[in-house]
Amino acid sequence: MSSVRQQDFLRRMPDASNDLRQRRSVWHAIHIDPLLLVLLIILTLSGMWVLYSASEGSLRMVQRQATFFCLAYMAMFAVAQVRLSLVARWAPVLYVGGVCLLIAVLFFGVGVNGAQRWLSVGGFRFQPSEIMKLAMPIAIAAYLASKTLPPKFKHVFWSLVLVAIPTVLIIRQPDLGTSILVAASGVIVLFYSGLSWRYIVTAFTLLGASIWPMWEYVLRDYQRQRVLTLFNPESDPQGAGWNIIQSKTAIGSGGMSGKGWLDGTQSHLNFLPESHTDFIIAVLAEEFGFIGVLLLLTLYLLIVARGFVIAANAQDSFRRLLAGSITLTFFIYVFVNVGMVSGLLPVVGVPLPLVSLGGTSLVTLMLGFGLLMAISTEQRLVVNK
Amino acid sequence: MHELENFKDHHREATIFKGRVLVTMLLVLAMLCILLSRYYNLQVVNYENYATQSDNNRILVQTTHPKRGLIFDTNGELLADNRPSYVLSLTPENIPDIAQTINILKNFVDIDEDDINRFHKALKSGRRPYQAVPLHHRLTETEIARIAVNEYRLPGVEVNAQLVRSYPFPFLFTHTVGYVGKINDREWNRFSEEEQERYKGLPTIGKIGLEKYYENELFGTTGFQHVEINARMRVLRTLEWQPPVPGTDLHLHLDKRLQETAFQAMDGRRGAVVAIDVATGGILAMLSTPTYDTNLFVTGISHKNYNALTGSIDLPLFDRVIQGTYPPASTIKPALGLAGLASKSITTQHRIFDPGYYKLENDDRLYRDWKRTGHGWVNIHKAIVQSSDTFFYDMAFRTGIDNIHHYGAMFGLGSYTGIDIPNERPGLWPSREWKKATRNLPWFPGDTLNVGIGQGDASATPLQLAVMTATLASKGKRLKPRLVKSMDDSVIEPEVASQMVNINSQHWDAIHAAMYDVIHASNGTGRRIGRNIEYKMAGKTGTAQVVGIKQGEKYDSEALLERHRDHALFVGFAPYKNPKIAIAVLVENGEAGSKAAAPVARKLFDAHLLGNYLLDEQERVIATNGVQP
Repeated sequence: MSSVRQQDFLRRMPDASNDLRQRRSVWHAIHIDPLLLVLLIILTLSGMWVLYSASEGSLRMVQRQATFFCLAYMAMFAVAQVRLSLVARWAPVLYVGGVCLLIAVLFFGVGVNGAQRWLSVGGFRFQPSEIMKLAMPIAIAAYLASKTLPPKFKHVFWSLVLVAIPTVLIIRQPDLGTSILVAASGVIVLFYSGLSWRYIVTAFTLLGASIWPMWEYVLRDYQRQRVLTLFNPESDPQGAGWNIIQSKTAIGSGGMSGKGWLDGTQSHLNFLPESHTDFIIAVLAEEFGFIGVLLLLTLYLLIVARGFVIAANAQDSFRRLLAGSITLTFFIYVFVNVGMVSGLLPVVGVPLPLVSLGGTSLVTLMLGFGLLMAISTEQRLVVNK
Repeated sequence: MHELENFKDHHREATIFKGRVLVTMLLVLAMLCILLSRYYNLQVVNYENYATQSDNNRILVQTTHPKRGLIFDTNGELLADNRPSYVLSLTPENIPDIAQTINILKNFVDIDEDDINRFHKALKSGRRPYQAVPLHHRLTETEIARIAVNEYRLPGVEVNAQLVRSYPFPFLFTHTVGYVGKINDREWNRFSEEEQERYKGLPTIGKIGLEKYYENELFGTTGFQHVEINARMRVLRTLEWQPPVPGTDLHLHLDKRLQETAFQAMDGRRGAVVAIDVATGGILAMLSTPTYDTNLFVTGISHKNYNALTGSIDLPLFDRVIQGTYPPASTIKPALGLAGLASKSITTQHRIFDPGYYKLENDDRLYRDWKRTGHGWVNIHKAIVQSSDTFFYDMAFRTGIDNIHHYGAMFGLGSYTGIDIPNERPGLWPSREWKKATRNLPWFPGDTLNVGIGQGDASATPLQLAVMTATLASKGKRLKPRLVKSMDDSVIEPEVASQMVNINSQHWDAIHAAMYDVIHASNGTGRRIGRNIEYKMAGKTGTAQVVGIKQGEKYDSEALLERHRDHALFVGFAPYKNPKIAIAVLVENGEAGSKAAAPVARKLFDAHLLGNYLLDEQERVIATNGVQP
């Protein structure tokens, strides 16, 4: 480094309250948070256990998922080694690159059902919106952390502009579910940065007031249909309502202790749609009952709690904001999926994190956890009082 | 100032952040509680609901319909059969383009508009996904082969065998055996829940005749099969199975040979023939002409054919035997004669002079005899043999309406015979009370005179006339007429409807002797059929005046003229000693009973008593005498 700027210096200042607790261990050396790792592995394995049932005992599908997990864990491990100062410095590049890919999707994207979400490069297909799920919190966190906090109005404004650009691009694909989650990951950073409650209340009021114009002018027909179906699934039992009716039936018929592993009739007789992807929790609820759901949600709660602990103990604002956003976004995925399958929320196509079959989202999530691990185990620059 | 603003307060930032994390942690807990309460509500509170729904999803109750009972005539000839028929069905979920598939099918299957309309109607009514919908019935062998060859380009098309009702003699037993037909919406809505369960998926139900009257017995008991299915309606395993119980077979009194004889004897004329076994009340033959092909109705009659039937001025759908009410005319004279004798208003010796008319005191009107010049001196015997109206005007006046009504009712006039097919009409046997109740008028002596010759308000069905004749033959024992002799192995015992007591047997003999001379005396009105006869019989002719035709203007003048002619009637029983069979014949617009109706009865007597059946091996050929739409 040729010159150390004032801000670099500031960012490396120790957090006075934490420096004493740091102890070096083998986990720090390999940049792995052991507690988080154990929780993730338990979740991953139970997820594959359920997936085996959801896929009609298809070992092939479970093997495919296991392969994705291996790749994802390797990606996590790799990211955990990266220094966060580097991440902060490359944040603008990541963000601009992500936005460029999103623009490219609009022109060269491929997709199904009238939605262009995929880019195909040399036979390898991926969703740029997945990149944005990480690039967004990194960018906003890096931007805000470079300012004094709580943020001033103009910084809030520019942050919102940064949130809005990719969000609008993703809505255009169209992919409402992902766009909301991407936007949320950015807004969460703003919230953690100490955004004044006054702004927050105002924002929620405006949001409430904008529901009608959103409904009328922004939502597509099929999205409106989904919302309507949510409120009255019986209106179209053979069509749009079929998924919700069948998943509620699967969940409800599981009862307190479930029908037993591999014995769920709703999923095994094909009444439950998307049973190995978005609706996999219905399989779990049917076969393991309310107790199974309770255990799964407890596992998610522990992971989220660990994420918050890591965030709270992080040594500066960038790391805190990033860790907080990754953790809360993760929980929002869980909430949206578990809520939508049980008919609480519209069906927006969000998979159940780390349990649903699917490669891309898995890798993104584990990259996020890699960043959390990096934050958790990073060597502090100041080691004594 | 600018410098100060850029100076970060790390401690403050960390504190704010921790506060915010605490807020979000609480938020996370609250959201988890919402999720858990939602799942608790679904899985614990509403468990029963969803468990039932899940079972309803996977468990399908398949009904297995029982084999419908067969119908046999008295000699074991099959009158209603079940034959395998092949049905073309489509499963819409497996068909990319239904219209196109139907167009392809049209190339080798005879699919008409009715088929397509019915298919779309069935498609719209309640149906599980992946349930096949029938498109066309009665595929021929050729059609099945063509469908099989083209199977590769017809996904979702299937051919299934099912048993379909079939009538070997559709034109002979049109109104008696009747037919089964498609269950229509009105019938379906009238069903109780139990019946809906029973008929679910079954296209047909008895519509008229025995098929309707004995529907419950013929149907049997539906079998049930609880099967586990997947979302594509594929059956995975059977959970529970209760086999169907086949319907009861009906064995009839009807004799196919006698029925065919009646059909031949009617020779295409409109009318009715009923033959009753005197000892049991069993119906040996029962025909209303014209008839039609009942097989047309089984899998759904086309609009064209149905309109031809309903539009015909010959009214083939109308069952004249039990629904046609005609003036009984002179055929009731023997029964009235008995009423006169039994009520002692006349004796066998009582005689009056018949100048060709009858005149009431204080009334200028002349009640005319059919014979202008009159019959001279007549007693009851001669009055029946020559059918003197004047005698019966006088006798009716002496006997009075109350006695006439009483004895007529004992012969079954004016009330339901109770035959075992539906939609019977009771005719009308007038009384003082009836006139008061319906017209609010007192009874006039002139009314009695009209009833005395079987005209005026009196009306009866051909079946009632046959029952009356059988009652005469058995000297007052009236039996309920029955088509069914036995069901499976249980014989149905004859049922007495009424029994006349305290009647001098000499009175019966006098009436019988008069009816004997109608046929066998040289001056009898029925002497024409008494020639060259190998047995002795009793009978009475009748000629009923046609009052008018309501829709007369619809007919062309020649047909109108034909339809204004009198109806020809004949009743009789034979052998004269120990009567076995009683017959009533009506020929619409046949003019004279002796010429048009009596010969038909003679042919039936000959057939039943001597075995001279009029049979045609090619039933179809005869059948064309009936209305073939």
